[in-house]
Amino acid sequence: MAQARSRNSRIRLGIAEHLTGIIASLLFLAPIVWTVLSAFKPSQEARQPPLPPWPTTGFSVENYGTLNTFGDGLWLPAQNSIYVSVMTVVFSVIVSVLAGYGFSRFRFPFKDLLFVIILSTIMIPFQSILTPIFLVLTKVGLHNTLTGLVFVYVTLQLPFSIFMMRNAFDAVSREIEEAARMDGANNVTMLLQVMLPLVWPGIVTIALFAFLGAWNEFLAALVLMTDQSKFTLPIMMTALQSGRFGAIDWGAVQAGVTVMMVPCLILFLALQRFYIRGLMAGAVK
Amino acid sequence: MTTITAETAAPARPRKLVGAGRRQWIGLLYVAPAVALVTVFFIVPLGMTAWMSLHNWPLMGEHSYIGLGNYWAILRDTRFWNALRFTGWYTLVVTIAIFAVAFPLAIFIERPRAMTNVYRTAFFMPAVIGFASASLLWSWLLNVDSGLFSPAAYALGLTEKKFNLLATFQPAFWSIIAMVVWKVAGFTMIILMTGLQSIPSELQEAAMIDGAGPFARFRAITLPLMRRTLALALILSVAGSILAFDQFYIILRGGPRNQTLTAVYWIFNQSFVSFKLGYGAALSMILLLILVVLSLVQLWLLRKPEGVD
Repeated sequence: MAQARSRNSRIRLGIAEHLTGIIASLLFLAPIVWTVLSAFKPSQEARQPPLPPWPTTGFSVENYGTLNTFGDGLWLPAQNSIYVSVMTVVFSVIVSVLAGYGFSRFRFPFKDLLFVIILSTIMIPFQSILTPIFLVLTKVGLHNTLTGLVFVYVTLQLPFSIFMMRNAFDAVSREIEEAARMDGANNVTMLLQVMLPLVWPGIVTIALFAFLGAWNEFLAALVLMTDQSKFTLPIMMTALQSGRFGAIDWGAVQAGVTVMMVPCLILFLALQRFYIRGLMAGAVK
Repeated sequence: MTTITAETAAPARPRKLVGAGRRQWIGLLYVAPAVALVTVFFIVPLGMTAWMSLHNWPLMGEHSYIGLGNYWAILRDTRFWNALRFTGWYTLVVTIAIFAVAFPLAIFIERPRAMTNVYRTAFFMPAVIGFASASLLWSWLLNVDSGLFSPAAYALGLTEKKFNLLATFQPAFWSIIAMVVWKVAGFTMIILMTGLQSIPSELQEAAMIDGAGPFARFRAITLPLMRRTLALALILSVAGSILAFDQFYIILRGGPRNQTLTAVYWIFNQSFVSFKLGYGAALSMILLLILVVLSLVQLWLLRKPEGVD
């Protein structure tokens, strides 16, 4: 009797817990789902309040077409965003793998000092050095170029990604290296053929953070990219939402926000464990 | 390169040392690109900020040295102090709100049960989209005519006419708080969860056997043992909030009536709208100082526990 009652109350507690979980999940997902669904309304309907969120007068991709008519269209800023994000990934991986290997496996003068200097840049907000960055880019002829923006983003990624890669290389046992060296591997083949396969989870993590960081960054792109043809998606969408291209078309905003969100969500869902790993590494240390 | 490795592989001891020594120097080559980038795009701009803050520096034309002139001007710049005070208030409110949501969520997902992973992923989703995307999304939801909240409240009969949430300070401010909590709580939750998971479950069980209630256990075991994680989550939230810009720029444009200009927003206006680059640099130095002090507090809070602590 008593046992049955405690079992009952446990089931009731379980239901209450899952109900809480489901409601909370819906609250967190609702704005995202609302936007993605509303973006598929015909543009007339998209101007009305999104009640209900799904299209009621037929499914349409009209909003994406409308979005494409503003300024330089959708494809150019999307291309700029893709270029900046992919280049940021490529360069920050190359630079951090080299630096992580260097800091992990060699002894050279000022090694600890250099490592501390690179890590401590994370304490300085880049928002406070944007003006000089602007002047430096002008000086080296990268003013108002996507490549200049890539350099800035790579630099911002370095403290985290070098820290990650140094830890990844530190975790590789030296015996593997010794064995490879006996077989005649030089430094470069050692890094490319022996070490890389062992540290690739760390590389995936830093690549993911670099992509999301570059894809989503707003302030630096807003300040440094003054020419409309160089706008990344967040800058182009903000210009559209501020009414810079005439009356605000909320259907186009929904479509644009969807384009900005979906790559992040897909990458996160596909590579979730690498993301959490990076977060944990930062949190535990 | 091959000859060096050949030498090191050879049994002759002195030569091995020479080879090893030379090989170590190569490490500098590996870290050189990183050092170069950090120097050009961080160290040099940092020095320039300090240098520029002592100048009258317009975008075009000559700059002139004015000593501490910009800093004296900051003392009289009431709008900067208002922005700083608003930033402080926002930081306080949003940090409390984020913790009030994230802590229960962390406790909720920390216990393994069916579906935990699904819940955790759902709570975390808004954290991976950018602040700009989230702000654009919410600027639509908060719009009085085409958005969700005002028309929904009107349709449900909660308000007599559509209420513009962004027209006055209080509703606008709390709308931003809601948006930021939605966007950031999942992130803070994961950090707090790592702290919760590091507490040995025997401790909780022992306290339970001793008759400690959930609140007593939370206060006497959970909080003290999570000190480092709590400090980290707190600092990340505070630092992020002090540097807030995107949401206030995109959703409110600093309004209504410039009441939601944050510190970074004011620096942005001075530097890139008014093009007072020297003055903006001096303001940046103040912001930098605040963040560095915060980092020092962080290092102190995150110091390695001594002994049992």
